Amino acid sequence: MQLEELSELAAEIQESQQHCDHCVRVCMAAGCQSSGAKVVFDALSEKTAESEHVCVKGVGCMGLCAAGPLVEVTSRGQAPVMYQQVTEADAQEVVDSLGGAPVERLRCPSDMPFFTSQHKIVLENSGVIDPEQIKEYIAADGYRALVHAVTEMTPAEVLREVDVSGLRGRGGGGYPAGLKWSTVSKMPGGDKFVVCNGDEGDPGAFMDRAVLESDPHRVIEGMVLAGYAVGAAHGFIYVRAEYPLAVERLTKAIRDATKQGFLGQNICETRFSFDIEIRLGAGAFVCGEETALMASIEGRRGQPRPRPPYPAQSGLWGYSTLINNVETFANIPPIIRRGGAWFASIGTEKSKGTKVFALAGRIRNTGLIEVPMGITLRDIVFTIGGGVPEGSQFKAVQTGGPSGGCLPEEFLDLPVDYDTLRQAGSIMGSGGMIVMDQTSSMVDVARYFMEFCMDESCGKCVPCRAGTHQMHALLDKIAQGHGSVKDLALLEELCEVVRAMSLCGLGQTAPNPVLSTLQHFRMEYVAKLQEHALPDGGPPASERSATPPAESQETTS
Amino acid sequence: MMKPATPSQVRVVTFKINDRDVSARSDETILQVARENGIRIPSLCYVEGLSVWGACRLCLIELNGDSRLLAACSTRVEEGMEVLTDTDRLRRYRRMIVELLFAERNHVCAVCVSNGRCELQNLAQECGVDHVRVPYRTAVYHVDASHDWFRLDHNRCVLCTRCVRACDEIEGAHTWDTMGRGINCQVITDLAKPWGESKSCTGCGKCVQMCPTGALVRHGTSVGEMEKDRGFLPYLSRMREAEWE
Amino acid sequence: MTLQLAKPAPPDDDKRWKMVEVTMRRSGYASHALIETLHRVQGLFGYLDEPAMNFVAESLGLPLSKVYGVATFYHLFSLKPQGKHTCVICTGTACYIKGARELVDGLRQKYGIELGQTTPDLELSAVGARCIGACGLAPAAVVDGEVLGNLTVDQLLARIEKVIHDAT
Repeated sequence: MQLEELSELAAEIQESQQHCDHCVRVCMAAGCQSSGAKVVFDALSEKTAESEHVCVKGVGCMGLCAAGPLVEVTSRGQAPVMYQQVTEADAQEVVDSLGGAPVERLRCPSDMPFFTSQHKIVLENSGVIDPEQIKEYIAADGYRALVHAVTEMTPAEVLREVDVSGLRGRGGGGYPAGLKWSTVSKMPGGDKFVVCNGDEGDPGAFMDRAVLESDPHRVIEGMVLAGYAVGAAHGFIYVRAEYPLAVERLTKAIRDATKQGFLGQNICETRFSFDIEIRLGAGAFVCGEETALMASIEGRRGQPRPRPPYPAQSGLWGYSTLINNVETFANIPPIIRRGGAWFASIGTEKSKGTKVFALAGRIRNTGLIEVPMGITLRDIVFTIGGGVPEGSQFKAVQTGGPSGGCLPEEFLDLPVDYDTLRQAGSIMGSGGMIVMDQTSSMVDVARYFMEFCMDESCGKCVPCRAGTHQMHALLDKIAQGHGSVKDLALLEELCEVVRAMSLCGLGQTAPNPVLSTLQHFRMEYVAKLQEHALPDGGPPASERSATPPAESQETTS
Repeated sequence: MMKPATPSQVRVVTFKINDRDVSARSDETILQVARENGIRIPSLCYVEGLSVWGACRLCLIELNGDSRLLAACSTRVEEGMEVLTDTDRLRRYRRMIVELLFAERNHVCAVCVSNGRCELQNLAQECGVDHVRVPYRTAVYHVDASHDWFRLDHNRCVLCTRCVRACDEIEGAHTWDTMGRGINCQVITDLAKPWGESKSCTGCGKCVQMCPTGALVRHGTSVGEMEKDRGFLPYLSRMREAEWE
Repeated sequence: MTLQLAKPAPPDDDKRWKMVEVTMRRSGYASHALIETLHRVQGLFGYLDEPAMNFVAESLGLPLSKVYGVATFYHLFSLKPQGKHTCVICTGTACYIKGARELVDGLRQKYGIELGQTTPDLELSAVGARCIGACGLAPAAVVDGEVLGNLTVDQLLARIEKVIHDAT
């Protein structure tokens, strides 16, 4: 296929979509589905089945999961209207309103900052197109980058665009994609692999899930482009088995893309061939680590191995392998389509482009957002997220999951980028953002994350296997009010050893939630110490002020 | 496992270990070169002749001017690197690792058949462990005495997987593996059945000889009597490699 | 030279083994198909028992201990029969902050099971999930495949009661 043919095909599809005057989009992402989007979709389809001028579409995530099920109506010549918390019973009213005044009762204000402050690149099709129809993706400029690259660009030119874009790995590490790609491309010939890491394991993160469910072709296109650039012919997508809908849609997308000639032998009648296989995870967080992920694809226990050699040098079955995560690949098609320089114009000096975040916890607008790098945490939490619910008081925002940290109020004006967050004691991570209020005890939060790391430790290296267990026991002891000053000192020493000595990222970052809460909320730990060991019982912790007794302050400082 | 470098890439490099100038082939690891030069780096899971596992983390070293630590067993030497094997920081960390190992299972040296010949015990002495600061887990572990000649005591296992690797890579039986995850990991034979019932075990005893502690021992040994003989390993591993050349 | 091992026979004449064999054949009985095959067995039989692991190991030419090691490494694999109904409680951060603990307590009080356990009558299994990715709807649970969001203990217990009741 040549670029003109693709353009013609896209125009044809766009035209066929023109016949309906009203397009009703129902969010069918996992969030809205669990609030009952399926019955709403069925009701709307049934009630409009007779009408030629109305089309009802199931689309991907619209973002504002808190207000689901979401329905958006686009009538010709009018601004789109969004409805929230639509039920089966509301369907008739929505259908009746088509062509007339919108149903005010259900209306979701689309001019709220949640929608207007976002900048969508990765999520540009999310909530707009039907993810199960390859035609809709093509009509939205899909596979344009692929056809253009394969027929008119050299692999080196594709590499250059990625390099110029300044894109950094969105899985958490922030390693420059261009650098990784060119390392793989420089490896001597033979088989090479492209692996998409969709093992989104951070609790509180559902960005990759939304991308895979809402726009699977985008990820496939990104992977094919990567294969072309680095000279690989095989790809794997490793997806969590906990995401059945994502797996279903990816499977269909791979089949459809193969049928259309965007995957498989001789793509676009060139000598370039590329295929993609899906591999299912089986419930192991550590498989998000690249060497563990490769072990899992090879059918082994998902245990990391020492690096170097890096996957680029010796990856799957010993072959050079490029591993990036879902969001990274999803950024590639627009970069090739619009140029690396365009992408580099968004964001900050060292962190380019946008980042998708999943907002959850004690926040009004829970859901999925995409914002330019460099935006402040305050803008995300208060402007876009709508702040904490009534009666709540903001206490901390947790970024980066079990490898990240909790940042208090005074850090809210920091710009969100890889380096600033790291300096503040947290990390960007894969993009989960969880807001906590006064009801969350920071010692308890640290214990929660340590329990997570303990359970998910693969058991290979000693510091992580035994160290996380000991740290969890100490945190448990402190949280229950039985800890002493000595326990806190031991906890801090263990943090240092586990961080420095562990084999992989899981162990090396496991102490982060403890260290960041100790850094910013130390008083909460101190207030918990020796609750039951004070002379003559002492008042319970709830009645004591957060100021520690002078004596223990001296010893811990 | 590290892929051997192709001969054309191998050069001779010179670098420093603890301020001493050494030279080595560029496909050697820091640990190998240190041993050749009589410089001691503590380690537990590494054995010359078996694949590199990189799990005990005792052989971590510092590079002068770099805050990151590197595992000596899995890091190749480079021209001009300045390796420090025995800094205050490393000594402190290593001691903690040994303490964590002691607290993980139920190590009671006084009644152990390997007392006096145990690598974990030696490491404790070397790292100056006079007491264990972290609490013992005191979890219950079984002793498997079902095998005709050998005994497995999980209480003394450090999960170094030397037995697993020796059985797989040298004997070729792969009777052993690790089950579970995290702190619940245990070495197993076949489908976690009693060792004596294993169909794949050839009874060669290589696993027992490789075990650094008293976890795998011969029946009928008493306190301090279990001596291990690893002389077979260099020869067999050389023969194994030769088979493919 | 590699000695050819005889193709093993399935543990019994259950037709589902044919489907397991299809999965293995698709990958040419390659050892890297182990996890996929175990997924298939678990999907068809609900859990992995010894005859199943023996069969898979022999078919793919893998050591028994390796199969057992993999089966026990991944939390989605179960070596014991599961209940007729499954309740997955999300214990992700957002759910934890918003009260997943109460859901777990509710299950314990009513059915006497912790996460990872099955009731003695094999009616209900409780499973903990690290994050089901429905953080916007915390706390969330999945009862027999259906995701339920913004849950209270009463709603959850009522839903479980309903699926058990409807099936009998």
